[in-house]
Amino acid sequence: MKRLIAGAAVAAALLFHGAAHADDANRAKYSAGDKRSGYLYSTPDTQTMQDDDFQNPGGAWVEEGGRLWSTADGGAGKSCQSCHGAAASTMKGIATGYPKFNPRLAKLIDIEQRINICRQRAMQAKPFPAESRELLALTAFIKNQSHGLPMNVAVDGPAASFFAEGKDAYERPRGQSGMSCASCHGDNEGHRQLDTVSQGQSNGFPTYRLSWETLGSVQRQFGICLKSMKAEALSPDTEEAVVLELYVAARGNGLPVETPSVRK
Amino acid sequence: MAEMKPRVKVPATATKGEIIEIKTTINHDMESGQRKDKDGKVIPRKIINKFVCSLNGKEVFRSDWYTAVSANPYLSFFVKATESGNFDFAWSDDDGSVYKTSAPITVS
Repeated sequence: MKRLIAGAAVAAALLFHGAAHADDANRAKYSAGDKRSGYLYSTPDTQTMQDDDFQNPGGAWVEEGGRLWSTADGGAGKSCQSCHGAAASTMKGIATGYPKFNPRLAKLIDIEQRINICRQRAMQAKPFPAESRELLALTAFIKNQSHGLPMNVAVDGPAASFFAEGKDAYERPRGQSGMSCASCHGDNEGHRQLDTVSQGQSNGFPTYRLSWETLGSVQRQFGICLKSMKAEALSPDTEEAVVLELYVAARGNGLPVETPSVRK
Repeated sequence: MAEMKPRVKVPATATKGEIIEIKTTINHDMESGQRKDKDGKVIPRKIINKFVCSLNGKEVFRSDWYTAVSANPYLSFFVKATESGNFDFAWSDDDGSVYKTSAPITVS
């Protein structure tokens, strides 16, 4: 009898060890130093949904983006593929560096703007509107080519001043309640809201939020946050929105790209 | 959203009599018919009300859907692999349109 109990204890210990192992692996995969990805704040069912390529509802946007990548559009009769070739090799790692300083325009641009610049200049096509299905699909497709690679946006050189502005935008109190981004995603991470409040990084964006029932960009998330702070909205692609995007991307430097991530 | 293609996952091969899992998702807004627009008019219901899966034209799985099925519904179910051929999937919308896709299977 004693042996049996001992056997059961060993089995239980092994089981626990197994579970702890998976947790440890995830914790290592989704952290970098003190940084912890929003993935680790999600509930296990949301994590499972994200991990299963098919069950992840964001997969539909990635597939759609793949189709758009090779579909010719506009006056020049070109597609993304005409210039950039196979996305799996040419786009690998590209999204980890955005938002990025563009020397030709002498301003900071995000992936969505980069796509629309290509569309207007090289393809002579109409830009996709902000938060449109097509723009989200292409963005998600391009960022998905860097899946698992660490975020690595530049915050020095020409980007240094934008980074400083972004940090200020993140920490400056705004709106009627005098809150800043940092009031929640800085001082109060770990507290419960719809999902547990995370550290404010963008490595998983565009993200499928179950409360939106669709994929959304990081700027859409800014809108949700600003509204709940009773602060003025930032118009899409304004300079303040993009520097803030740079700052939250830099907060996630070192964390793996999860696009399309799933959050509540 | 409905323009996005439905996605299905069917094992490529199976042994005869094996129970296989089929996974499906479709992008659809699933307007419940309970909401009103800015002018107070009811937004008409537009949900997928029927899903049918058939193997070589023979129905093997069917389900009727009502309000409260989420947007972009994900559905997985089990069927017995009886013969090689094509699985056809059809989602019927309230407005009469039917979204279709199919996937092959080889049963040995």
